[in-house]
Amino acid sequence: MNELFFFAELREKMGEELLKRDVSGMTVQDVKKVLIDEYELSKINEAMVAINEEFASSTTVVREGDIVAFIPPVSGG
Amino acid sequence: MSRNYWITESELDVQEVVTKVTRRNAGAINTFIGTVREWTGDKKTLYLEYEAYRPMAEKKLAEIGREIEKRWPDVETAIVHRIGHLEISDIAVIIAVSTPHRADSFDASRYAIERIKEIVPIWKKEHWENGEQWIGNQKETVEGAPTEGELK
Repeated sequence: MNELFFFAELREKMGEELLKRDVSGMTVQDVKKVLIDEYELSKINEAMVAINEEFASSTTVVREGDIVAFIPPVSGG
Repeated sequence: MSRNYWITESELDVQEVVTKVTRRNAGAINTFIGTVREWTGDKKTLYLEYEAYRPMAEKKLAEIGREIEKRWPDVETAIVHRIGHLEISDIAVIIAVSTPHRADSFDASRYAIERIKEIVPIWKKEHWENGEQWIGNQKETVEGAPTEGELK
């Protein structure tokens, strides 16, 4: 099982911050595709992805228990 | 040891951040204070909401501190970012950098705020008179965050 976190406009589009779902064995890019297909979350293509709080590339494979966070373009400061 | 990099929902206190980097070997303490601006072009902001992926945001602030330590000698940095509802002129971020001489403290402070805008998972939502929008202004990158080497 994995925890998927969504922030800012992605969170608003999903309706909540956390989605529990098993995406282990999938690449980051695969996970994005699933979310686009099932939730019409097209904006997720602009998002960076963090796995266990570190930025990951689109080819990184998610492992069991990983926390996957979708990071829209940031605007702190 | 008290932490130098944190996210809070409370009002920010400049002196608290400055005190964290005050030390005998510093001849300069540079502070950057980011505040909520009312007008952006012809758009009038009523208030802002900031949101963070808090544990990662605090880690990334600390990472910026480590980057600074690699680039400038004998430097101490503290950074705090506020989240939640902020009114016009409220302080959103404070950076304090102390160094033996002034030039490095200016440079490191500038570096810190530019990096915050690239790698720290914090978002602001602008609320205007006639609408609202999440703002995204990082580099146009999808494949992970920009690395230190990519920065000028």
